[in-house]
Amino acid sequence: MEPETAVRTLTVNGEARTVAFPVHHTLLEVLREELGLTGTKHGCELGECGTCTVLMDGRAVLSCLVLAAEVEGREIRTVEGLQRGNELHPLQRSFADLGAAQCGYCTPGILMAASALLAANPSPTRAEVRAALAGNLCRCTGYQKILEAVEGGAALARGEDWQPAPESLHGSPLPVPEER
Amino acid sequence: MLRLPAFRLRQPTSLAEACRILSGEGPAARVVAGGTDLWPNLKRRNQKASTVISLARVPELAGVRAGGEVRLGAMETLADLERAPALVTRYPALARAIGSISSPVLRNLGTLGGNVCLDTRCTYYDQNEEWRRSIHYCMKAEGRICWVAPSSPRCWAVQSADSAPMLVALDARVRLASSAGEREIPVAALYRDDGIDYLAKRPDEIVAEVALPAESDAAHLRTAFFKLRRRGSIDFGVLSVAVALRTEGGRVTDARVVLGSIASFPSPAGEVARALIGAPLTTESIRAAAQRSRAAATPMDNTDFDPRWRGQVTPVYVERTLRAAAGLDAADGA
Repeated sequence: MEPETAVRTLTVNGEARTVAFPVHHTLLEVLREELGLTGTKHGCELGECGTCTVLMDGRAVLSCLVLAAEVEGREIRTVEGLQRGNELHPLQRSFADLGAAQCGYCTPGILMAASALLAANPSPTRAEVRAALAGNLCRCTGYQKILEAVEGGAALARGEDWQPAPESLHGSPLPVPEER
Repeated sequence: MLRLPAFRLRQPTSLAEACRILSGEGPAARVVAGGTDLWPNLKRRNQKASTVISLARVPELAGVRAGGEVRLGAMETLADLERAPALVTRYPALARAIGSISSPVLRNLGTLGGNVCLDTRCTYYDQNEEWRRSIHYCMKAEGRICWVAPSSPRCWAVQSADSAPMLVALDARVRLASSAGEREIPVAALYRDDGIDYLAKRPDEIVAEVALPAESDAAHLRTAFFKLRRRGSIDFGVLSVAVALRTEGGRVTDARVVLGSIASFPSPAGEVARALIGAPLTTESIRAAAQRSRAAATPMDNTDFDPRWRGQVTPVYVERTLRAAAGLDAADGA
């Protein structure tokens, strides 16, 4: 079948962009291929891994399961639109300061899902953070630092002074051997 | 990369227009609500669509109307429904069942109508094109044989919609719209015991609304829902249990126990319900009734976990769900 072409004006990171694309392409494909916004990652493409998470009208959604032709009039935000001017988003600061990424492939999706959580709930409990990130898979970190970084980002966003705990950065001190 | 196949997209702005397009296009057209089931199925080429009709701009399918009964628009997202005050206060087990579907980022897209129509699932079907081609496909899509039961004339794919067993237990009804008119049927009558032809609705009908009767709310029924799965964060169930009990003077006067993710349709465990009726809700009566669920559950080797184990643990989880409904234990799991 000859692909139908859609022409739509999409609002991405506050900018209105008129783009033409095949009507069966997902938001993920149009963000990466037509708009050059490759911060949003391609993962399972079936809604199972969460690495393509973006915000649509402030809600975290899977861009691999949204048709780009359907998002006209919706406010799309990707990881490229998370910082304000030259200021990193508090979550970007806490993730960088703590080193809450290893390969980094899941990080954009996790930042977006976590930013939607903090916008709705500035002081989430550990359980609430875990629940909000239930659809975001990370195969490297074991999640510990990600959870700490979301809590750190929440603290920074509340204007609190937050530093990564030394044991989170360097591990716990070795036990001192007993004297013989 | 898994791209969608090319299709024509139609974006009607009223239910009548959507119905008219669907009846004009015929069965080669597919209707999409949230897309969380249809898009993966199209990407893996499990399903085909020459035309896709999006319901996103159909205003009649949105909204929750709470009066005596509660009516839920088919396009309401799962995320909105799991938090909707009318569900949380009056149908808490349904809110819980909906909240157990997949992950939060998916529930922000997925809809109630889409969940009710969820395609049946199977180890030999929910795979990509290359994988399925290597086994010459299966009878649910393009092949001739059921790999789960090779001598079987039918498909045994599993109905895993988490809302379905709870809606059946609550005696909910579903409103179907088509260009020929509308009809309302019990949710229980929407499902067929067949992995391929799993919905009793006609191809030209659109699920428009789900109605929850006033007599099924928390003031009238004790309810609970449980879902067994490998990862609590995201997975499809391998068993779900929906329970709704009516009691009078400490004795059960009516009971519905419906098992999900274990057969091609939400299966009522009638033996369990019959054993409960007339009995008090005690540890002993619940255990005795739950034992009878073993016969209602004959899991096949078509999803996660060993099928024998899934059968063995069915009475255990039926018992736990009944205890939660009876208030003997706090509800947990899901």
